[in-house]
This record gives sequence, C-alpha cells and structure tokens, in this order.
Amino acid sequence: MFTLDSAHQLKAKFGDLISEPAEFRGEITVKLADAEQIAEVCGFAKMKLGFEYLVDISSVDNYGEDPRWTVVYDLRNLTNNAELRIKTDVSEEKSELPSVLGVWATSNWHEREIYDMMGIRFRGHPDLRRILMWEGYPYFPLRKDFPLAGKPTNVPEVAFTEISPMEGGPFVTLPSSGDAVSREPRVRNPE
Amino acid sequence: MAAVQDIEIPDSAARNALAVDELQDMQGEKMVLNMGPSHPATHGVLRIVLELDGELITKAEPDVGYLHRGDEKIAESMTYTQFIPYTDRLDYLAPLANNVAYTLAVEKLLGIHDKLPPRCQYIRVMCAELARISAHLLGLGAFAMDMGAVTVFLLIFTEREKVYNLAESLTGARFTTSYTRIGGVMRDLPPGWADQCRKFLEEVVITINEVETLLTRNRIWVDRIRDLAVISKADAISYGLSGPNLRGSGIEYDLRRNQPYLCYKDLDFDIPTGSTGDCYDRYLVRMEEMRQSVRIIHQCLEKIPGGADNLSNEPVNVDDGKIILPPKEKVMTRMEELIHQFMLVTEGVNCPPGEIYFGHENPKGELGFYINSKGGGTPYRMKIRAPSFVNLSIIPKIFPGCMLSDTVAILGSLDFVMGECDR
Repeated sequence: MFTLDSAHQLKAKFGDLISEPAEFRGEITVKLADAEQIAEVCGFAKMKLGFEYLVDISSVDNYGEDPRWTVVYDLRNLTNNAELRIKTDVSEEKSELPSVLGVWATSNWHEREIYDMMGIRFRGHPDLRRILMWEGYPYFPLRKDFPLAGKPTNVPEVAFTEISPMEGGPFVTLPSSGDAVSREPRVRNPE
Repeated sequence: MAAVQDIEIPDSAARNALAVDELQDMQGEKMVLNMGPSHPATHGVLRIVLELDGELITKAEPDVGYLHRGDEKIAESMTYTQFIPYTDRLDYLAPLANNVAYTLAVEKLLGIHDKLPPRCQYIRVMCAELARISAHLLGLGAFAMDMGAVTVFLLIFTEREKVYNLAESLTGARFTTSYTRIGGVMRDLPPGWADQCRKFLEEVVITINEVETLLTRNRIWVDRIRDLAVISKADAISYGLSGPNLRGSGIEYDLRRNQPYLCYKDLDFDIPTGSTGDCYDRYLVRMEEMRQSVRIIHQCLEKIPGGADNLSNEPVNVDDGKIILPPKEKVMTRMEELIHQFMLVTEGVNCPPGEIYFGHENPKGELGFYINSKGGGTPYRMKIRAPSFVNLSIIPKIFPGCMLSDTVAILGSLDFVMGECDR
C-alpha cells in the first residue's frame, strides 16, 4: 500500500529511469535503468520517501546474459513498514556503479562484500577491500563461472586447493586421489 | 671508564619549546594493537586492529572472514531442503531460530508462508523463542564473564543445558537441530514435552532473577558499562543495526510486531527499548526479551491447537504432496505418493521463478534471506543477511574514544556470533 505509493512517487520523480512497479508475494520491485543514477535514486528514497533503513544489498550473476550483474537494494521505511526493492543492471565490461555510502552508512560492508564475492566495484567507496576472503585472493568466488570446489592457483600460499584430509571419510562420496573438482559430487562446472 | 658527555643547557624559552615539542610528539605516537582473531572476548574469530594513544582507542578496524565457508555458494548447488542443515551453522547459538527463518523464506517464495497449519505456526514460534532464550543467556553469560563475573556464566549454562535437552527430545539433536521442513516441521511435539518445557520456563525465570540480582544494580557492573559506546538513534538506523542493538538505542522496531509472521499476531508480548543506547541499555533489553520469550512460550503452550498432545490430530505440515514428503506407508503402496517422494528427493521442492526477501527476528537481529529463483528445486542465488555482520560494521564508529579495557564490554554488548557473520 505505502510501498506502491512510494514506488509511484519514485517513478514520478525519475520518469522513464524507473520501471513500472512489479509485485511478487506482496513485495514491490522497481528496476532502475541506469546504474549511474543509483545514488541519486537512493538519496531521494531516503530523504523524501522515508526509506531510512537499508536492509541489505545483494548481487546476482546472470551468467551468459548481458548485462551480467544485477545489484539489488532492499529498502525499508521504519515508520510505515513499507519495503521497496530497487534493482539495477551493470554490464560486465563496466562492472562499476556509484556507492551509496553517502546515503546509508551500513552500505560500507555490504558493498565490500559484493566486491569481494562478485568483483563489482563501487565508485566513491573509500575503502573497497576484500572483506570475507583474504587480501590477495585472486578470484571472485560467487561468480557462476567459479567452481564450487575452488580453483588452484600459481600464487603460492595465497590461494590453494589441496586434497582434503577427509578423503575416504563419511562425507566424501567419491574416494580417489583426484583433485577436489573431480571428487566433489555436487560440483557443476559451468560450460 | 665512562665516556665524557657534553651537556647542553638551553635557556628556559628553548626548554619550554622543546617540552611542547616532546609532548606533541608523544601524543602523535600511536601504537597498533592486534586484538584477535583468537581472543577470548571476540567469541570466535574476530580480529580488530586497534590504534591506541596510550590507553585510548583512536581507530578500530575490524577484520572478519576467518570463518567464511561459502554458504551462499553452497546453497546454489543443492535443493532447498538440503540447505536446512547449513542454517544450523549460521548462528550456532540459536539453530532452531535459523531453521524457522530459512524455511519461512522458502515458503514465502512458494507463497504458502501464511497458509501454514496453526499447530505448525505455534510449534515454530516456541522453537524461535526457546532459541532466543538460549542465545540471550549465552550472550549475557559471555558478556558478564568477560567483565569478570564468572558466576553468571556458570549459572546460565545450567539453564542452556535444559534448552538443549528440550531440543533433543523435540528434534533428536541437541545442537544441529535441522528441525523445520519446507511446509512444516520434522515431527510433532513428543509426549511430555510441554510439561518439560513448562518446568524449564519456571526454572529459567528463577535464574534470570538471580542473574538480575547479581548484575543489574551491581555497582561495578553498572559503572563499567553505563554510558559506554552510546549509539544514537540516527546511527543505529544508518548502520542498519537490528535486534536488541537497535532497540537498545530506543527504536521500537521488532519484526515480530511490525511485520508479523507465524502466529505472533495472536500473542501478547512487549518490546523493550533502551533510552540512551549504551551498553547497559542493550544488556537490559536482552534481559527483558528473555522474560517476554518466556511469556510467549507460556501462551503458545496454552493456545496451541490440539493441545500439547495433539488429541484432535491437528496437522503440522501443509497438505500438499508436492511440498511435504508423503507418509512412508503410502509411498510403498500408492503410485501418486511414490512419484511425489521421488520428485521431492531428486529434484527438490519445485519453486516458482521470482525473488523474495524474508527477514526473521532472530536473537541477534534480523536474519534475512534474499532468494532469487529461476524455478526448480535449487536457488539461483541466495543472499543471507546476517545480523552479526551488519551489527559489527558499527565498530569503527563507536570504538574510537573508548579505553582499551572497554573493548571487551562493547563486544559483549553487541552480542555477535562469527559463524553467522562470516557465513
């Protein structure tokens, strides 16, 4: 109810940049056509529409499609409980969009996590370092072309995949001395 | 023989200038202290790089990720049901609440989260509230122990043991419960569980009172944590704090009340809030939340449809063969159930394409799941919004200006768990 109003106000302000609000399971999602505008849209949503609470930022890898990345912002208005989702697409060549750190302080770690996991950069973020993986790790593990079992690298002592010490144990269904990729039954290697 | 040393005696003006220089130099000299990753007060593996000016903290940089297991990646390669055991290992102090949160998220994707049988809803509420008592007890015990009050830690562990016993008779496991299923729960309440639970509720209130006597008006306790690490309302919202940390700052926001799920609408409970947002307020909020949880479970045991022993055979699972596994005897004798069983086990619960976010009021705060589905039994992308991760991000804001010895108190009052933070 409130959410739909807010979505329409957002559309009234930004016009064609904002898509028609889509509803699924009672949640309203709008899509922002130009990722460069995300900070302005979020700032407007916070200041004028009362979305003072940023619940989460997620990222989706649409592997094999163009644009490849979708960044998803979940906003909440604590006063009237409206929840709005703003999505925006980012192409693989660019892999960059403006940071919303100036709008919500909580986006600091969320953006670092997305950079760490997907490799999408946030322009204007003062401290865009890896957060969950270690400094110097060469891959972005949540990308769809990164295999579940990990990848060996030639960077010594930084990223490694060794034979698991649990080999032959109860949790490994294919005992062999193969590497983790061939041993792990759940691995689905992307084409 | 000692070497002869020239002594230069400067005039008083030069001496003063030198002294000022020296003083400034001393202030400028910062020491970097590495706290963690394995420090007893970090309750797991949190590392904080502290910059100290004497005993005063001038900068704090938390370093997380030591317990990263890639849960979000793992979720993409298995069915929705197969991920339930992984949720036990998020906030491992409240596995029952995580189970409830995750299955509610998947049910929201399926569109059945508000069509669950009433009995199932009541059982899940009791699970979540038992988990809350258990998690808050431990958070409190560890907090007090870090501050030197070891007695509290021993007292609360006696009570947590009883929660584990309850979990064991309910789910078969003490710790990694994996109790919920998509569309229901693994099994109904066992006989005698309600009485066991009532007995626990009576006993835990006695312990809470005892802890309250030990701490709430204890001069040492109050002096150490009152007015420490004050988080203003605006900061709490901007940093996205949730749970007791948000309410400790005086914001009355609780997902159980503001976005009611399960049967919380029918239950009577209060939402405690703090007034200043210091460590003492966060402690008081947690204390009161435990009492409210006791109140909620009492009401559930009263109101649960079918009574504790389910004499009227109320269902605990949704009546949909495409979501819940059929009874075993039917699988062996009937074609349709056999097909359902086969499809559920091999393909998983068939979810529609779409995306949802569901936030659950977990003991540590809002545990949310963003599920992006392209249809089928496996999520395309699942993002876990971990409350501890978000709550910890305020450390660089509140640590500077505090004393080094206050770090353990602030960490204790934030009450985080690294299994969930690092996922």
